Amino acid sequence: MAQPVPAAAAGSERTLTMARAGREAVFSEMRKNPDMFVIGEDVAKLGGVFGTTVGMAEEFGASRIIDTPISETGFIGIATGAAMAGMRPIVEIAFVDFIGVCFNQIYNFAAKTHYMSGGQFKVPLTFMIGYGGGYNDAAQHSQTLFATLGHVPGIKIVTPADAYDAKGLMASCLQDDNVTVWMVHKRLWGLGWLGFPLPKALATVPEHDYTIPFGQSRIWREGGDVTIVGLGLTVHNALQAAEQLASEGISAEVLDLRSVVPLDREGIFKSVAKTGRLVVADEDYMSFGVTSEVLAVVAERDPTVLKAPAVRVAYPDVPVPFSRPMEDFCLPNVERIVAAVKSTMKGKQ
Amino acid sequence: MKPTRDQRLWMYEAMYRSRRLDDAVLAAYMEGKTPVFHMGKGPLPGEMHQSFGQEPCAAGVCVHLGKDDAVGAGHRPHHVAVARGVDLKKMVAELFGKKTGLSGGRGGHMHLYSAEVNFFSSGIIAEGMGPGAGMALARKMQGKPGIAVAYIGDGAANQGAFHEVLNMVGLWKLPFICVIEDNKYGVSVHKKDSTAIDRNSDRAAAYGIAGEFVSGNDPDLIFEAAGRAVQRARSGQGGSILELETERLHGHFIGDSGGYRPDAERKAMKDPIPAYRDRLLAEKVSSVAEMTSLEAKVQGQVDEAMRFGRESEYPDATDALKRLYA
Repeated sequence: MAQPVPAAAAGSERTLTMARAGREAVFSEMRKNPDMFVIGEDVAKLGGVFGTTVGMAEEFGASRIIDTPISETGFIGIATGAAMAGMRPIVEIAFVDFIGVCFNQIYNFAAKTHYMSGGQFKVPLTFMIGYGGGYNDAAQHSQTLFATLGHVPGIKIVTPADAYDAKGLMASCLQDDNVTVWMVHKRLWGLGWLGFPLPKALATVPEHDYTIPFGQSRIWREGGDVTIVGLGLTVHNALQAAEQLASEGISAEVLDLRSVVPLDREGIFKSVAKTGRLVVADEDYMSFGVTSEVLAVVAERDPTVLKAPAVRVAYPDVPVPFSRPMEDFCLPNVERIVAAVKSTMKGKQ
Repeated sequence: MKPTRDQRLWMYEAMYRSRRLDDAVLAAYMEGKTPVFHMGKGPLPGEMHQSFGQEPCAAGVCVHLGKDDAVGAGHRPHHVAVARGVDLKKMVAELFGKKTGLSGGRGGHMHLYSAEVNFFSSGIIAEGMGPGAGMALARKMQGKPGIAVAYIGDGAANQGAFHEVLNMVGLWKLPFICVIEDNKYGVSVHKKDSTAIDRNSDRAAAYGIAGEFVSGNDPDLIFEAAGRAVQRARSGQGGSILELETERLHGHFIGDSGGYRPDAERKAMKDPIPAYRDRLLAEKVSSVAEMTSLEAKVQGQVDEAMRFGRESEYPDATDALKRLYA
């Protein structure tokens, strides 16, 4: 069920970027657990393409922060075997697009081994993955691919929208005994070279350890007329849209899924049953995706709660184009969300 | 290092157990599949890749392994599982899809897992390379004894995983052995039509690891080469490719008549198990009486395992929805 974010104890919190907050959880879990290690491309000397492992090689050494050759199939297979033998690997894949190289090892082996072995082998393996476009990196470095990963049984997937969730969801992934994927939109990391962080992606983050349960959505803004479901960057777009809509007298509730798998079906339905209208915003491809699944929740439970047809604001089913006007046209931006909400409100005023 | 008498008898027994198992599985597999062959019918449905002829590759390597070691096999896993000491009853029950199987019927014949002997198999070609090497890495990181062995076929040496993983095995000096069972065929395609060089063991030079090719499908020769590879791995000298010339006496799976193989080649195929038996008797390693007694014991174990597999109950259908997550 959707839960508010608990207030942190005063005096123990700082404002962090998502990259720093996620990293803090990794440092903490690595200190507690000698079987945990990081493996991937550019994680040691560079500190991760997106800064996920800055400072770790200095503290944990080359034996636990392992730079690999550019061999995703190889090192993901190796990490899976190490996990089956009692280690707790953290695998960095900087761009989700690269899972195309190594997907067999993920979906045919890592994700299935606990099930196929009848529970004899656990695979406590966490992926740290960046995704998303909006900075003109074109078709092979801008995808989102929630559905590609989410379609495979056996993988849990989270995507935080701010620094507080980045730390708590990372800790949950690292403590879980399954294959988990911690995905962050590149424009949310807080990296200078991808623009300043969105203000709401920065958050006050407690110094102490905490976890956020899988499958628990978060209501960022309450409203009565329409539910806007988002995740990752689209939460921020939805919040901006809600501000704009409020000035026009439309009260939008913004629900952040936080987990793709498991999906908070209860939370989604509860909000839509309250508002009676649904817009889903996602940067992944439209068809067979997160937006479809969210609509299915309502269709299966009780479509009569809807006062108007639900609307999806997703990536059109085309590869990500390079040219700025074409990419901007395809993104699930604030304007598209506002227009979608208005289309659900027709006839109300 | 030559095998001792006990080791030679152990190897014969492991090969014989695998063979008797495959004989029994073949007979049971054909139940319900005649006169019209339908892979989904009968008590043993699905694809069935048997090990006829390849038994020396399993016995000659696994005889060197202990409880701390890990073994991964491919889509043709029976002989390796048997030589590794996977519980025969639970394994057969898994082939039958029964509740008492290794994975409660979720795995099947290509996906045999036994945590108690650090064994797994995978139906995707070369997919065990990474996990096998990862088990070697885990042992090294944890400061624990033990090495890891991954079995693949000669066809799998053309998969990317083979090359990516062996590069890291060489780079990190992992205690890992890649056993290539060279039966000369990837389903129907001959090695000479798929592989640019004669011997995949030569590819070891590209990764700074040792490579050895063993001709003859001979358990004693495999034993010696495997002993060298195991010694290298245990002493921290790193990984090896062990390419073992072997023979796929049957088709790729049951139902494949192997019509793509030339007649002369088929006629020249030799069964390694009777040959090894003859040698052990000729060299007076064993007596007919001892062999007969050993064979009777093994046959009894196989019969018991087959009975156990047949008579065990199927899982509840809704168990399909359990065990996705730990």
